[in-house]
Amino acid sequence: MSINPPWFSRNAIAMSAVAVLSVGVLAACSSGSGSSSSSSSSTSTSTSPSSSSSASSIPAGPITIGASLSLTGDFEADGVAFQKGYELWAKDVNASGGILGHQVKLTILNDNSDQNQVVTNYQTLINSDHVDLTFGPFSSLLTGPASEVAARNGYAFVEGAGGAPSVFDTPSNQADHNVFDVSLPVADELMPFVNYIASLPASERPQTAAYPMAQDPFADPPVQLAQAKLQAMGIKTVYSNIFPAEPSSYTPAADQVAGKAPDLVVLGSTDVPTVQAFMKAFQQQHYLPKLFIAAAGPDQGTAFTSAVGPKNATGMMVPNGWYPGYANAASQKMVNEYVKQYGGTASGVNADVAEAYSVGQIMEQAIVNTGGIDNTKIIAYLHSGVTLNSVQGPVKFDALGENGAAAAFIFQWQDNGTNFVQVLPQGTSGSVPILAKKTAWSTS
Amino acid sequence: MAREIMQAVVDGILIGGVYALMAVGLTLIFGVLDIINIAQGVLVILGAYLSYSLSVHLHIDLFVGLLITVPAMFVIGVVIHWAFIRRLRGTERTSMTLLVTYAVALIIEGILTKIYGVSPTSLNASYTVNSVKIFGFYVTYIYIYGFILAVALVLALYALLYRTTFGRSVRATMQDETAARLVGIDVNRVAALTFGIGVAVTAVGGMVYGATNGGFNPNSGYDLISRLLAIIILGGMGSIGGALVASVFMITLESVVTVWYPVWAVAVFYGALVLVLVIRPTGFFGRKAVRAQ
Repeated sequence: MSINPPWFSRNAIAMSAVAVLSVGVLAACSSGSGSSSSSSSSTSTSTSPSSSSSASSIPAGPITIGASLSLTGDFEADGVAFQKGYELWAKDVNASGGILGHQVKLTILNDNSDQNQVVTNYQTLINSDHVDLTFGPFSSLLTGPASEVAARNGYAFVEGAGGAPSVFDTPSNQADHNVFDVSLPVADELMPFVNYIASLPASERPQTAAYPMAQDPFADPPVQLAQAKLQAMGIKTVYSNIFPAEPSSYTPAADQVAGKAPDLVVLGSTDVPTVQAFMKAFQQQHYLPKLFIAAAGPDQGTAFTSAVGPKNATGMMVPNGWYPGYANAASQKMVNEYVKQYGGTASGVNADVAEAYSVGQIMEQAIVNTGGIDNTKIIAYLHSGVTLNSVQGPVKFDALGENGAAAAFIFQWQDNGTNFVQVLPQGTSGSVPILAKKTAWSTS
Repeated sequence: MAREIMQAVVDGILIGGVYALMAVGLTLIFGVLDIINIAQGVLVILGAYLSYSLSVHLHIDLFVGLLITVPAMFVIGVVIHWAFIRRLRGTERTSMTLLVTYAVALIIEGILTKIYGVSPTSLNASYTVNSVKIFGFYVTYIYIYGFILAVALVLALYALLYRTTFGRSVRATMQDETAARLVGIDVNRVAALTFGIGVAVTAVGGMVYGATNGGFNPNSGYDLISRLLAIIILGGMGSIGGALVASVFMITLESVVTVWYPVWAVAVFYGALVLVLVIRPTGFFGRKAVRAQ
């Protein structure tokens, strides 16, 4: 059945092989076009008494802040949500008179979810654009290498989505202590779930558990810690494997898990498609875990429920430090503004938005309290032990920049996928009773 | 363990059928036009989104919707050829098409992002989750239908190329473009129609991919294209049957490796490509004549 033309030459094969090997490079290069795109946010001034000061050391003109975000590529959905969070914060700040009387101007470059491009982008922002301050990118995978660029140039690196231990363990952060993650450290984020299992009578605990994990610094540490703790309780591990972030299909790995039929699945996921693929494969295999918790994905609001179907979402759990119904005045204000500006419903607001917004809030407080944009002073201030406020709750950094004040919660989709609610820790303010059993799969 | 391996083999064969549906258009276009269509991955996603729109907004069944999406993709393919490909001439043509089709991919991705946004979606129907038990294994209907479609599509393309007047024109153009012109074949028309057919069959691949994969968004095409290129090289570039065999071989290998070392599955996929090419540089179904040139 060959239709090879006679002039099909060895050059063609060589060309094709080069094409295969260079496609990844080409894909990365898409950020070349993307990286030139930037968005600025600057609105008219109206002085805010609380944030204006005539004694600031800030040069005339706006405070320029640079960030690299994954506006295309694997983290596109999260990157775009982060962009909205940063821009919403900048809009709010500028509408209230800026910081110390200065407007904020954001420059956001696209890194195409690529580790090399994110480094290039921060070099551009710092050395070419000479931004005053930097905000972090999305994901631990990109925050690690990006923070090293910031450290070399003496910049404070405030970020909201780089909570993996590997981010804080970089040599640059060990030496310069310039990374500050305003969100919940990921390693411990499943502990409320582990504690919940421990609180159950032995007869009600799951007997077996599976731990499929995507190869990612964000996804693996909390799942591995949970596995160690649950194994110590006597819960038998029937599957524990790390799979590549981009396999041809998730089905083989998911089918392996389904074949073991564990009571509990703890999925080390980074996005909605991974969770969706496992859920779909489980349904195809007529397998329903009693409990199903994923490291990320179910926290993506309507992006998750529309992808998997609201009924299937019911009972799915995810750890996080924030949800749209969070009883915090600043959070509620942000959610309302978000819905007003971008549409949708409050329960559909992505947690990434709050993480990004919090980054801006923490930087704003650091600028106000240090009276300027000196990165050395900002780093010292953020390490001073002070407790700051954000839409995600209190923020207090330890020596390596992890937010020690962040509380870990487990959230769950309930009421046929219409309500995303806090369920753990039980008895904590805001927690509602947990659905102790995943509801059956639905084809509608 | 034997059961797990059997499950992996079943998964590999069926998912291989899905990849074959996406790869046949790519190898057809290369075989006839000497074009490496980097836009193939994004065209798969375009096909998936067309099916999505028909399914969600007009409530048209995914398979019935192919009656609309396949002709639509054919027209899109002809337009792409007319607008971007036909002007490329000379010795640098093959390498230039890499860049041009990459640009086409970026354009299509941008349009899809504008229309559908970046949140992942998927194609849903009862047969995308319902399954039947065969020899103790649950096999989802969509995979069965997809595999049957893949085999049917390969046979249909083979019949088109070797049993029709148009097919003779295509093969004549492949063998000697100048001679084909001399005997009265409209070479430009043949090229445009072939590109259109190559893109049209991608509509089928897009629908089945969208219905079997966890989720897709406008950016998902870039994850696909490197695998599709690897598959058609392994199958023998230009070999339609080779695309099917290579798809099944590569994906089954990856699936089986997943049983023991999932983290190595992707590396093994590309490692197999290198190994086979070292032993057989023309791929599974490439002509020996290639080596003599």
